[in-house]
Amino acid sequence: MRTPIFFLICLVVAAVVFAAAAATGNDYVYFAGYVVLQYVVLSTAWNILGGYCGYVNFGTAAFFALGAYSTVAIYKFYPMPIPVLLVAGGAVSGIVGFAMGYLTLRLRGAFFAIATLALAVVLETLVVNWDYVGGSRGAYILRPQEVPLIGDYIKYLFLIMLLLAVAAITTARLIEHSRLGYGFATIRDDEVAAEASGVPTLRLKLIATTISGALMGMAGAPFPYYIGYLQPSSTFGLDYAVNSIAMPLIGGTTSWVGPLIGAILLGSLQQIATVTISSAVNLLIVGFLLVAFVIVAPNGIIGLVHTYLQRKPDDFVGRRRVETDAPGSLP
Amino acid sequence: MIFSFDLLINAVISGVLIGGFYAAVTSGVSLSFGILDIVNIAHPAFIILGSYVAYIVNISLGLDPILTAIVMMPAFFVLGAGIYQIYYVSFEKRGQESLRGLAFFFGLLFITEVTLVLYFGVDYRYVEAPYIGPTWHFGTIGLPLRILVPCVVSLLLIAVLQLILTRTFIGRAIMAVAQDQLALRLMAVDPIRIKRIAFGISIATAALAGAFLIIIQPVEPSVGREYIGRVFAICVLGGMGSLPGTVIAAMLIGIIESLTATFYGPSWAPAVSFGFLLLTLAVRPAGLLGR
Repeated sequence: MRTPIFFLICLVVAAVVFAAAAATGNDYVYFAGYVVLQYVVLSTAWNILGGYCGYVNFGTAAFFALGAYSTVAIYKFYPMPIPVLLVAGGAVSGIVGFAMGYLTLRLRGAFFAIATLALAVVLETLVVNWDYVGGSRGAYILRPQEVPLIGDYIKYLFLIMLLLAVAAITTARLIEHSRLGYGFATIRDDEVAAEASGVPTLRLKLIATTISGALMGMAGAPFPYYIGYLQPSSTFGLDYAVNSIAMPLIGGTTSWVGPLIGAILLGSLQQIATVTISSAVNLLIVGFLLVAFVIVAPNGIIGLVHTYLQRKPDDFVGRRRVETDAPGSLP
Repeated sequence: MIFSFDLLINAVISGVLIGGFYAAVTSGVSLSFGILDIVNIAHPAFIILGSYVAYIVNISLGLDPILTAIVMMPAFFVLGAGIYQIYYVSFEKRGQESLRGLAFFFGLLFITEVTLVLYFGVDYRYVEAPYIGPTWHFGTIGLPLRILVPCVVSLLLIAVLQLILTRTFIGRAIMAVAQDQLALRLMAVDPIRIKRIAFGISIATAALAGAFLIIIQPVEPSVGREYIGRVFAICVLGGMGSLPGTVIAAMLIGIIESLTATFYGPSWAPAVSFGFLLLTLAVRPAGLLGR
């Protein structure tokens, strides 16, 4: 399928989702849906580096928070419309992603993961000590009540996140089916062999960290308007990191569908658990699912579906043979 | 001028003491990550588990936390050996340890932390022992026993570990596993068994480190997160798998953190170890005493 057609289909699906949300007539749907969509963007972004290249990023929260805090910084200076903030947040996180990649991507595997964890703490410390954006006390953002044409502000935020999710998924799919994606796959499978065959691994990895970081930053940019009060310890929380790792791994990391399924499934589950049980149980569920899936179903839900589809004809043939071989059916 | 000199000396000394404690915290990771190449990112969670075990026994029986930890070490050893077995069967055997193994430990970290939150809540817990409170004074220098005792016991622990690694058969086999598994197999030693033992030892140190932690500061379940980066910073800085390197790096980080906290304010301290880690990774990934 050509990318423009895919993009159009995504837009149609998004329009249906928006119409369905509007049809429920309950504002809470927007609040819950925003979080789920935000995770769709975050896990898709994570998967571009983690799933395609095989580099684990524990610093999702750092990139997300960078996006959110660039919004706060701009807001303190002069409140701007959200699309501008998206671009700004994406740019800041993309640049930091590039810089981090340049510093650490010469390291393989685990070192990279630890370095991203370290980056998150360094950035948190910087933000805590930066009084302009509120420091450890946090920052308040006053959001307008209404937006022309759309109505309620939360509706507007929901719509923006929906479009961002469409953009993220289209980007991921585009990468997957391009030279870039094949390059990423060679890095994941065998980096030394890829390098030896002339794949410019460092450059590809830098592209991956930049795109992935930028998307995470864009997911964070509207967040201050959603939450109203931004505080470093929750914005830099490891919850974002564990979720954005768990979602692609549970869904399946090899294609754009995996993070989407994982985010919708796990995101909705968490929204339901938060309302019905408690938010601590939330993380417990994520932890258990993550551990269970990496042990039992290493290729996620996609892998399960795939093996099921492949096995089915064999089972069918096998069963039929048993039936015909059965003594009763002999003439 | 005199005053600030005293401040400097005190900051350096408390840095050294805290560094001794950091060394105990890191020794487990030096074993698992440095020698076995298992990225046990959940190690701080096991340390917190150790803290809570010490806390429960201290509250209910009034036993000394360090003594409790030493008694509990075999239980932690078994726990570690069990976790390694799961890790081996699910990841190492299939050759998927890099991405999914990391995610596995990350999941374990969350399960441990949230379970503790659900049972004990997010209140800070502390223990009671005779050496918590008093401080020895030498002129202007103060040595709080609360930190001195863990530091001394921690250095003992590391000395014992180093002796085990260099003098006993098992210890040498562990070092050999790190170098060449196949050769070990040819010598009729089962590398998986050796690794299971080594990982068990690594988790067993967490019991002791946990007791130190709750002696030094009140503990709540998410305190462990601060230690993830610090522990790996020390481990990498010291040179993967080198215990003497770990001690030196731990004291270095301790001193730098303490100086930062004294002269720039405690809110800057966390950035120091992580900044150091990033620098080390970028400039000299082999660490100070790399193997």
